[in-house]
Amino acid sequence: MTTGVLTAENARRVQIALVGPPNCGKTTLFNTLTGGRQKTANYPGVTVERKSGRLRTPVGHTVELLDLPGSYSLRARSPDEAITRDVVLGRQAQEGLPDAVVCVTDATNLGQHLRLLLELRQLGRPLILALNMMDIAEKRGCQISIETLSRQLGIPVVTTVAMRKNGVQDLLGEIDVLLNQTPVTTGTATTDDWQEPSADTIRAYHQEVERLLREAVIQEAAPERLTRQLDRVVLHPVVGPLILLGILFLMFQAVFSWAEAPMDWIDAGMVSLQQWLAAHMEESLLKSLVVDGIIAGIGGVVIFLPQILILFLFILLLEDFGYMARAAFLMDRLMSAVGLNGRAFIPLLSSFACAIPGIMAARTIAHPLDRLVTILIAPLMTCSARLPVYVLLIAAFIPNTAVWGGIGLQGLVMFGLYATGIVGALAVAGVLRLTLLRGDRQPLLMELPSYKWPNPANVLLGLWERAKIFMRRIGTIILSVLIVLWFLSTFPAPPAGATEPAIYYSFAGMIGRGLEPLLAPIGFNWQIAIALVPGLAAREVAVAALGTVYALSGDEGAVTEALSVTLAQSWTLATALSLLAWYVFAPQCLATLAAVRRETNSWRWATFMFVYLMVLAYVAAFVTYRVALALGGG
Amino acid sequence: MNTYTEPERRAFALGQAVGLGFIQPLSLMRPGSVGRILTVSGSSVSDRDVERGLLEMGFVEGACVEVLHHGFWRRDPLAVRINQTMTVALRRCEASAVLVGPLLDSAMSATSASNRERDPS
Repeated sequence: MTTGVLTAENARRVQIALVGPPNCGKTTLFNTLTGGRQKTANYPGVTVERKSGRLRTPVGHTVELLDLPGSYSLRARSPDEAITRDVVLGRQAQEGLPDAVVCVTDATNLGQHLRLLLELRQLGRPLILALNMMDIAEKRGCQISIETLSRQLGIPVVTTVAMRKNGVQDLLGEIDVLLNQTPVTTGTATTDDWQEPSADTIRAYHQEVERLLREAVIQEAAPERLTRQLDRVVLHPVVGPLILLGILFLMFQAVFSWAEAPMDWIDAGMVSLQQWLAAHMEESLLKSLVVDGIIAGIGGVVIFLPQILILFLFILLLEDFGYMARAAFLMDRLMSAVGLNGRAFIPLLSSFACAIPGIMAARTIAHPLDRLVTILIAPLMTCSARLPVYVLLIAAFIPNTAVWGGIGLQGLVMFGLYATGIVGALAVAGVLRLTLLRGDRQPLLMELPSYKWPNPANVLLGLWERAKIFMRRIGTIILSVLIVLWFLSTFPAPPAGATEPAIYYSFAGMIGRGLEPLLAPIGFNWQIAIALVPGLAAREVAVAALGTVYALSGDEGAVTEALSVTLAQSWTLATALSLLAWYVFAPQCLATLAAVRRETNSWRWATFMFVYLMVLAYVAAFVTYRVALALGGG
Repeated sequence: MNTYTEPERRAFALGQAVGLGFIQPLSLMRPGSVGRILTVSGSSVSDRDVERGLLEMGFVEGACVEVLHHGFWRRDPLAVRINQTMTVALRRCEASAVLVGPLLDSAMSATSASNRERDPS
């Protein structure tokens, strides 16, 4: 074998880590280098995603490329950055020391980005510097002597244009040279005694960067103008917030209107699958489990995939474009009033589709307390799973009349439910910051990257990732919960000559009837109490469960319609309003609790969230019920 | 017989300059104004992590800064351009740890560049 030094000595694959500051185009470079051959997993214990991909160098080495989270310094400030540090230092137990590190920098911002390279060079490990976005730098008149830079640094330096396939040939060639020359592992001596750089060390790095640039830069790049000019509008004290509002409006409009058609297709697909199975399977428990338990339940969750994807399409586009940091800038002062960071805006925004991706997006928040508060309030954002319940109850109880200015009363109530969630979340954040999670106000130090056109391949890969994560969750947690719930609501079977629907006699029915006295003060009857038990898995399942309790049959659309009529007859307005208030707060989503446990790495916070949301829901429903009764809503 | 230490002498000199209005914390600079960083951190921010954070984002002694924007509410946070390349958002509270002096001769290129930009003619 020509590549003997490496592969023969070392049975494991050569591993190279990509390290770079945020916004240096590292992910685009990673995508170009590995194409679609990527794998995402999680690091054990923490929940930072481990992104790796495979590439073949021109000489024929197979390399596993690790895309590490963007980091300004090895002095990690967030859980994401800690992973970068630990992998580079070989402290990530499961990973081992990478054979080489490629440090990616933005060629237009070397003054700031080279410092990370100096930190990495200090470790004495095989290192390559990639000057990325060289095309943009050159367009702006920048000239850099690669030879000088390479000589001064004592490491190979290449220029890359991540957007173009042939823009990475130099880097691949340099990786080959490196792999052929040096023994793969050079011992771990230097990385063991690594210490966080002190302020003076950082100052010294800055001076070294300045010296390097004086030597190597022949012609400086002209300052970028477009970003400044756009920012003059986007960050304008009056126009800026209006633009943000406009974008949010467009986004929600898209989430709810564009998603309608694909959601109908999924719904129709699931229903016909259910019918086909119902017709072709033999009458048995298995059939009941598959048709009523699994397919119906999964259909109820998969249906939100289009909304989640559309929301993420917007988020990824805005992120790639560079707008998200601006949104955080605009929102920071408002959010810091309740002790949150402007960066919490993005996770909270995602939570309107589903709290789970929102909770995962909180990883980008550096400070643990800030991050925890954001995670704890994320479920208060009205996720799309509440919509079916809202729609059902509003249609049944709120008259479709116009109040002032032709605004429909139904739409107004819907808006009120959203607003209650947001206000509740901010209030909870404020209270948590003043009591349980007291701590210093954390600094906001955030780069506002230059605007650039989103890269379609990046966005599509990102969407694909989100879809995979969502579907994986359905296949694991949600599926197992559904099976348990099916069991609870099927056994024991109703006695002969039963007068009530079968679910009444099941374990779920027993639990529901047991809960009834507890729920009576907030106006819930035993039908609601029973429906809330399967509704624990996912909120919208409660609609189907209510249909079962009221012994309605037919396909989903017919059930919902009939249910609306039945409910309007059998519930009081006060009960309906109370249930709506309950739904704003109640933690009826086991998948969210599981996500919180994973992200905080403890059941403590998941339990805390469950309890505080329950208490809030109960109090809100109680107050709503009593007030509505007093106002004659009984 | 000078009993003052070097940092004390420097602080004294700085105090005089602040009194004359040449030097001001970054947090008090208006949008559009430029300057050169004299010191980062020190007395106003006790937390050393903030100092390191500022240094890591490019707020280092000698760097040119230009305040571009203020937030829409209470003029917080600030968007600051460093050395004509990177824009960083930070809150007024942290910005007060950065003392900025006037841009002098060596920085004329930076001022003229930003002037040119503002006035394309």
